[in-house]
Amino acid sequence: MANGEREVGADAPAGGFVQLLTPDGERVDSVTTPDGTTYSVDFSDDEYRELYRDLVTVRRLDAEATALQRQGELGIWASLLGQEAAQVGSGRALRQQDMAFPTYREHGVLYCRGIDPIMPFGLFRGVDQGGWDPNEFKFNTYTIVIGAQTLHATGYAMGITMDGKTGNADGEAVIAYFGDGATSQGDVNEAFVWSGVFNAPIVFFCQNNQYAISEPLERQTRIPLYRRALGYGFPGVRIDGNDVLASFAVTRAALDQARNGQGPTLIEAYTYRMGAHTSSDDPTRYRIASEVESWKAKDPIARVKAFLTKQQIAGDDFFGDVDEAAKKLALDLRERVLAMPDPQPVTLFDNVYPHGSPEVEAQKAEFERYHASFEGSAS
Amino acid sequence: MSRIKEFTLPDLGEGLTEGEILSWLVKVGDTIELNQPIVEVETAKAAVEIPAKWAGVVTKIFHEAGTTVEVGAPIVAIDTNPGAGDLPEPSAESLAAVEVAPVEGAVEPGLIGGPAPGGRTAVLVGYGPRNTSAKRRPRLGTPPAPPAAAPPPTAPAPVATAASEPVAAAAPSSAPVLAKPPVRKLARDLGVDLTSLAGTGPMGSVTRDDVQQAAAQPVAAGAAPEVFDAGRERRIPVKGVRKLTAENMVASAFTAPHVTEFLTVDVTRTMKALEKIKARPEFREVRVSPLLLVAKAVLLAVKRHPMVNSTWSGGTGEIVVKDYVNLGIAAATERGLIVPNVKDAGRLTLRELAEALNTLVQVARSGKTPPADMAGGTLSITNVGVFGVDTGTPILPPGESAILAFGSVKPTPWVHKDKIKIRQVTTLGLSFDHRIIDGELGSKFLRDIGEFLTDPESALLSWT
Repeated sequence: MANGEREVGADAPAGGFVQLLTPDGERVDSVTTPDGTTYSVDFSDDEYRELYRDLVTVRRLDAEATALQRQGELGIWASLLGQEAAQVGSGRALRQQDMAFPTYREHGVLYCRGIDPIMPFGLFRGVDQGGWDPNEFKFNTYTIVIGAQTLHATGYAMGITMDGKTGNADGEAVIAYFGDGATSQGDVNEAFVWSGVFNAPIVFFCQNNQYAISEPLERQTRIPLYRRALGYGFPGVRIDGNDVLASFAVTRAALDQARNGQGPTLIEAYTYRMGAHTSSDDPTRYRIASEVESWKAKDPIARVKAFLTKQQIAGDDFFGDVDEAAKKLALDLRERVLAMPDPQPVTLFDNVYPHGSPEVEAQKAEFERYHASFEGSAS
Repeated sequence: MSRIKEFTLPDLGEGLTEGEILSWLVKVGDTIELNQPIVEVETAKAAVEIPAKWAGVVTKIFHEAGTTVEVGAPIVAIDTNPGAGDLPEPSAESLAAVEVAPVEGAVEPGLIGGPAPGGRTAVLVGYGPRNTSAKRRPRLGTPPAPPAAAPPPTAPAPVATAASEPVAAAAPSSAPVLAKPPVRKLARDLGVDLTSLAGTGPMGSVTRDDVQQAAAQPVAAGAAPEVFDAGRERRIPVKGVRKLTAENMVASAFTAPHVTEFLTVDVTRTMKALEKIKARPEFREVRVSPLLLVAKAVLLAVKRHPMVNSTWSGGTGEIVVKDYVNLGIAAATERGLIVPNVKDAGRLTLRELAEALNTLVQVARSGKTPPADMAGGTLSITNVGVFGVDTGTPILPPGESAILAFGSVKPTPWVHKDKIKIRQVTTLGLSFDHRIIDGELGSKFLRDIGEFLTDPESALLSWT
């Protein structure tokens, strides 16, 4: 019970975690951690329903993407299945001015930022480089290199402090997403050091989904990941990563700490990747079926549905509507993905320099002539 | 566009070239929905279900289950507008003009992380090594004159003198053979003598292709038997379980130094105990066989000698001793040999163990053993007795350090209480990894299994 007042449930890892909604859909009023912080949420019925809608929608869009990959329409896909609550809770806790640094799996956070979900599909379909304007959406590009974005986020956070954008209740804050495997990277440890020393306004949000591709958590750490924060000089909190309310409450509090100039926080969202690492991976080679089954009982969406039903906040009509709307979005996404144009070879030369370069222009012209020399070339 | 759409096998996992159709979940005439699972396909990376790309009616299935299909080949045709009446005659558009995507980036299939055929290492993520060149459109007859900035036609600068020496027909000589280290390893693995090859690579070096060609040739004339009558030879493609078994056996036989010991024991009492167990009401529903008590003997003997239940972890320089036994049972199935295991078998009661073994064997015979059931075995039994043979010298499943062969139980003249009697006798064969298990430990382990089977009651009483 080191981590809360209530009895630690059977679903909690040793040491406990912040949980505000049990797998059975029971609300826990509040949880106070040993450092005296109390976490809770105070949502209206509408807000609860919208969280549910978010969860179902991001899962449905993800399922469509998985199907598209299996149909040969995407080169690869990194599914978020099982991690919806961690992403939606933290994503909805972000304010407009906050900046997010995702990995390649944060489709749920992207959705919660109000971004058109098609944005990353160019990358996975191989028709663009996965580039977009991070400032436009306050959402950095998907970072494939494991953990690299934590350093970018740290630098960004130090920058907004220098710009005087933090230190009050309406200040800016930064959130960096990464996984359990990334905690073994030098980059992430450097980011912790710098953020700690410079009191950077950043929240490190680690989705511990138990596997770094095939490598289990016990190959990453001998202590719970959230406790590592202490060594870098900032607080660490573990949450039930399958509980959207805990994810929201703790992320909101940590972001507020950051925007008020109180420095970084590490949040370990204890969750599970229900699917494969990516569509190129076969998890049955390194996980046993019983483990997957045990996590099914902790499903992040089923518990919200149970809660809404028990509290009579929503009924079958609402759930049916949500499913239907999500399906419609997914089919629309499918159509638009299939209609994405293939890139022209010469676009290779775009975006090299912001204002062009005579040398690159010459190369581009030469490349165009070369391409025109083939039969069937569009002239 | 035609209303009949043909779905071609996609590359399901970054750089795969083929997949085996495991089973069809639909048949011709079925009405299907978008994203409904239609077929299960196994690639070198995983067995996956493919969801339908279009809603409609299945009009043709191109390949039956069990066929290996190239990426890009059509596998199913779907009428996407079945309400529109009868189909027109099959036209060139719907049949002949099937565009089969060129297979790019062919990668030898293989197990993730394990050696793939050809000596390459299989990859878990990312593209595998590419060993075909891309296809491209032909050039126009007269390309536009290159501008001044264009590079001149490439002519290798005469820098390296070695490159200009005659290389292609380099006769075998005492000079050192040029070959990259992975090629040398491949040659060693395939038993190809590098000095006997004429390299075709840069500077006359021997390439991977040279080695593979040499290995594929049916051996130089004279030394080896020639093909006697090709008409009466059958060639069976090596794939699926056969391929996996071959890879596992080669990997195990040439990494773990195997030692096999034998013990012939009088199992009359075990057979009697078995009859008594069968008569007990709680065992009425389950099949009880001698294998059950052999398994029990192994599990109890492991408790007395935990080191036999371990793995040689060369990568970390450790021996991993396991306090749990995932007991593998070699099973002959229609698809070949598989070794599924009973997880944490040491914790099971005899009744639970009997049930687990029955389920394991039944599932294996039905061909539905999931990969998880085959992973993580720690120690195995192969019941060769069911084929009527006395015993064998089994090869260790990779990662395991001991495997017991259980021979047939036969009435045999045997010295029993100083008289020659007819007793039920069997021969046990235990193979073990000599890197971990010395002769003493292996012998004690085998002896204990024998003791249990000779007198199960007293072994149980004195050991547990």
